[in-house]
Amino acid sequence: MELKDFITRISEATGVSGNEEEVGEIIQEAFRTLADDVYVDKLGNVIARKEGKKKSEAPPLMFAAHMDEIGFLVSKAEDGGFIRFEPLGGIDPRTLPGQEVVIKGREKIRGIIGAKPPHVQDAKEREQAIKMEKLFIDCGRSQEELNEIIQVGDFISFYQELTWLKENICAGKALDDRAGVAALSILLKELGNRSHDFDVIAVATVQEEVGLRGAITGSYHINPAVGIAIDVGFARRKGLEKERTLQSGAGPGISWGPHVHPQIFNKLKEIGERDEIPYQLEPVPFPSGTDTYAIQMSRCGVATGLISIPLAYMHTPVETINIKDIKRTGRLLASFCAEADEKFLEGLPCL
Amino acid sequence: MKELIKKLTEAYGPSGYENDVMNMIKEEIKDYVDDLKIDKMGNLVALKQGKGNDRKKIMFAAHADEIGLMVTHIEKEGFLRFTNIGGINPYNLVGARIKLQSGQKGMVSHEHLDSMKDLKLEKMYMDIGSSSEEESKKIVSLGDIAVYDQKTQFIDGRIMGKAIDDRIGCAVLIETAKQVGEVDNDIFLVFTVQEEVGLRGGRTSAYSINPDLGIAVDVTRTGDTPGAKRMDVALGKGVAIKIKDSSLITSQKVKKLIIDTAERENIKYQLEVLERGGTDAGAINLAREGIPAGCLSLPCRYVHSYSEVVALEDVENTIKLAVKVAGNSQLFQE
Amino acid sequence: MLIKILTEACGVSGREGEVRQLIRGEVEGYVDEVNGDYMGNLFAWKRKNGRPLVMLAAHMDEVGLMVMGIDNEGLLSFSPVGGIDPRVLVGKKVLVGKEKINGVIGSKPIHMQEKHKREKPFPSKELFIDIGAENQEQASREVNVGDYVAFDTATVPLKPGVLQGKAFDDRAGCAAIIEILKEDLPVGICGCFTVQEEVGSRGAGVAAFRVNPDIAFVLEGTTASDVPECVEHRYSTSMGKGPALTMADRSFLSNPRINKYVMDIAERENIPYQLRRTNVGGTDTGRIYQTKSGIPAAGFSLPCRYIHSPVSMLNIEDYNNMVKWMKAILYDIGKGGFPFERID
Repeated sequence: MELKDFITRISEATGVSGNEEEVGEIIQEAFRTLADDVYVDKLGNVIARKEGKKKSEAPPLMFAAHMDEIGFLVSKAEDGGFIRFEPLGGIDPRTLPGQEVVIKGREKIRGIIGAKPPHVQDAKEREQAIKMEKLFIDCGRSQEELNEIIQVGDFISFYQELTWLKENICAGKALDDRAGVAALSILLKELGNRSHDFDVIAVATVQEEVGLRGAITGSYHINPAVGIAIDVGFARRKGLEKERTLQSGAGPGISWGPHVHPQIFNKLKEIGERDEIPYQLEPVPFPSGTDTYAIQMSRCGVATGLISIPLAYMHTPVETINIKDIKRTGRLLASFCAEADEKFLEGLPCL
Repeated sequence: MKELIKKLTEAYGPSGYENDVMNMIKEEIKDYVDDLKIDKMGNLVALKQGKGNDRKKIMFAAHADEIGLMVTHIEKEGFLRFTNIGGINPYNLVGARIKLQSGQKGMVSHEHLDSMKDLKLEKMYMDIGSSSEEESKKIVSLGDIAVYDQKTQFIDGRIMGKAIDDRIGCAVLIETAKQVGEVDNDIFLVFTVQEEVGLRGGRTSAYSINPDLGIAVDVTRTGDTPGAKRMDVALGKGVAIKIKDSSLITSQKVKKLIIDTAERENIKYQLEVLERGGTDAGAINLAREGIPAGCLSLPCRYVHSYSEVVALEDVENTIKLAVKVAGNSQLFQE
Repeated sequence: MLIKILTEACGVSGREGEVRQLIRGEVEGYVDEVNGDYMGNLFAWKRKNGRPLVMLAAHMDEVGLMVMGIDNEGLLSFSPVGGIDPRVLVGKKVLVGKEKINGVIGSKPIHMQEKHKREKPFPSKELFIDIGAENQEQASREVNVGDYVAFDTATVPLKPGVLQGKAFDDRAGCAAIIEILKEDLPVGICGCFTVQEEVGSRGAGVAAFRVNPDIAFVLEGTTASDVPECVEHRYSTSMGKGPALTMADRSFLSNPRINKYVMDIAERENIPYQLRRTNVGGTDTGRIYQTKSGIPAAGFSLPCRYIHSPVSMLNIEDYNNMVKWMKAILYDIGKGGFPFERID
């Protein structure tokens, strides 16, 4: 599958945390053409293994990107056919009024997030942000119709078709972190014509947005020596601090901080320099919030790295990326796999 | 069963000090299970051995601990300062009667405040009737933990008392052990410790047992009281099958398995989406390589107050569902 | 002096290498084996196959800063690594990066500030590190974005028996374990020097998973709040009243049986001790005791005033009592004094 088609398909598929089957199917289908073995683990992580030349018992190299997206659950079907909802993952309620959604009940139905109209709000109310619990979903159906289709606990995802703003720049939902999943596909593809000593395992993880859960169990299961997560980082836009953001289209961010093994960091940088793959530095003083953190603390500890693909408007349905950064990430990691030999791995324990 | 519930809820057992409760539970179930042991963390693990060939392990968990108040300082005048063990709203403490492990009773009050908005635990103290530091020191040591002192009452099909969270779950598991009869799968009934401070007993016991399926039995909140926060769970509408809380999103498979069982057996149930809060099911779910997990919740009003309220009818439905899930030999074929 | 050497070294969370090497140098020769893991935890094994096996843990890392950017004037912007009250940063000396470049934390002088602004603490964003560079280019030759920054504080006695310095939390714990490892005690010990405690107790769980001991003791530094403006009933610990046994914190609940065991030993040996009387903060103990099937554990803390700041205070007598207490406990465990089979 071409990269653009793949990104379009996975961005538009539903896959709210805890309900990743639909996007997982598409990812499995794509990975099957690129890896030796693809399966789904107990929590739902999609795991693709590409066998290394060494065929040893040595622990593998793990690459993780999460396939879940933020979304909602039906919390109550109210009189009059309106649906109340509960967020899954960190969502700013101010971004919600007027968004389109899909509810996955007995069948998929579409709806709109509504709020009390401004015309009937008093002046004071209009100055306030609208709270999550005041919002509702309107499917244009009667309560009786809805009761046939919807029940408490059904998953709700944004409805959004991916838009290409320019040749390489697209905007859509769930690019956090389907952009990372796309980078995994590039990595596997590149490895098709490069030799690597150790098994490479690409994982599309579940439930990252609600607490890195897929990465916690997935890394326990895989038990890797090296684990590198690919997630998205804040792209520089109006009003954002330069030193806490990455420039879109200028290459992936190579993250640095307590969550990163210095030698993995150095190796990635070294490859970037040598192969002339543009990259940026991303210092992170306090670890939290990406799969890397969970992987690093798995079992007896893992040597970790983190790559951040610049993305604007995070956690909205218009997340915007430059796909050049995805391709570069895939290439960078492929070179890493090709060069991670026994000597490199033996040097990783810190003494 | 009412007697059992009364005994369990009135017992002393804050997080870290669950022994009394564990001993009661041991007495209740020892004749109905094949193995009973306390693990390193203090969890009571009861095993009902399966008779099937291709046995799987199902772990049920209910926590034996309750919230408490830990003594941190003794004032010259004999009053005790304290901090919380588990989630406690200071407003629920004003005037509450408490007891220590020794049986010593007392009550909680607060310093004079210009506004009740300023009420914080650090402004509160326990009065145990002592009038000096020396006298108090004979009765209590720093680090001792007090719990609510409250008799459990049965009013019109409702149960009202302290520590219903989650002794009611313990009662459900005890009844499950008594009623389930012969089983195909290995059924582990785990009475966990330290749930209220972070699902800790559930986490370590799930690691040890490494089950194929984990089911927690715990209480959940309701939205059926005046001016309540919106939540589509009500007392008397049956056992609540958990869809989501802060610790768990139940997988489609587990959800289906539980709902199908309830439908088939005609057990009254409702679905639960809980905004905040977690249960042992969340800890089990993330143990080792990940363990499929779900939670049977008992709708409960006024959680963590000294008068938690559940409906007896919901308790009965929860027991029925737990028994049917535990006894289902086809569980893993579906 | 061991504490002086260890505390004057730089080891901000994630960059513990210098401390690790110092400790390794100290213990080698006294233990059977020294090894490390991917995260940077250091393990020193003594009587490696001896059972029971006791894990002694102290963290090597300290709070500090990270360089986030270099501006046109050559000044460095930064972010804290670990929990630092930004109000203690103004006007302090720091060491930047591996090469330990000298720097100071600067701010707008009081004369040039609007009056109403003086009421508010300096936001970290208005503070910067000055390394004396004239412009961005010059600064970039010496410093990289992402460099770790440690406080530049000498460890000196304020009076006999009281030290001032940085990073007593938890190099004092590291020093205590080193001392213990140098003694021959009749029990298997793994001295674990952990990483990244200050950014969420991230190293200790991983270490416990590897060591899988029968029991674990964590040696920590903790807040001493016996200072003005604190009410007595909210004191966590007091300096000079002996090491503190942790009852509970945000991540840990102590085991009454272990508490009684260690307190009995202190009383028998006439070692002064106190209880840590608050439940705030999280430490390595919390991670360790929830590892695998659960590991019996206890947390011991040295009361330090002004913890997590560029300069804190430690009472040597408290430290000596901590070492004495721990040795007595280990000796007793070695003789079979601890009832492992009845740990419920």
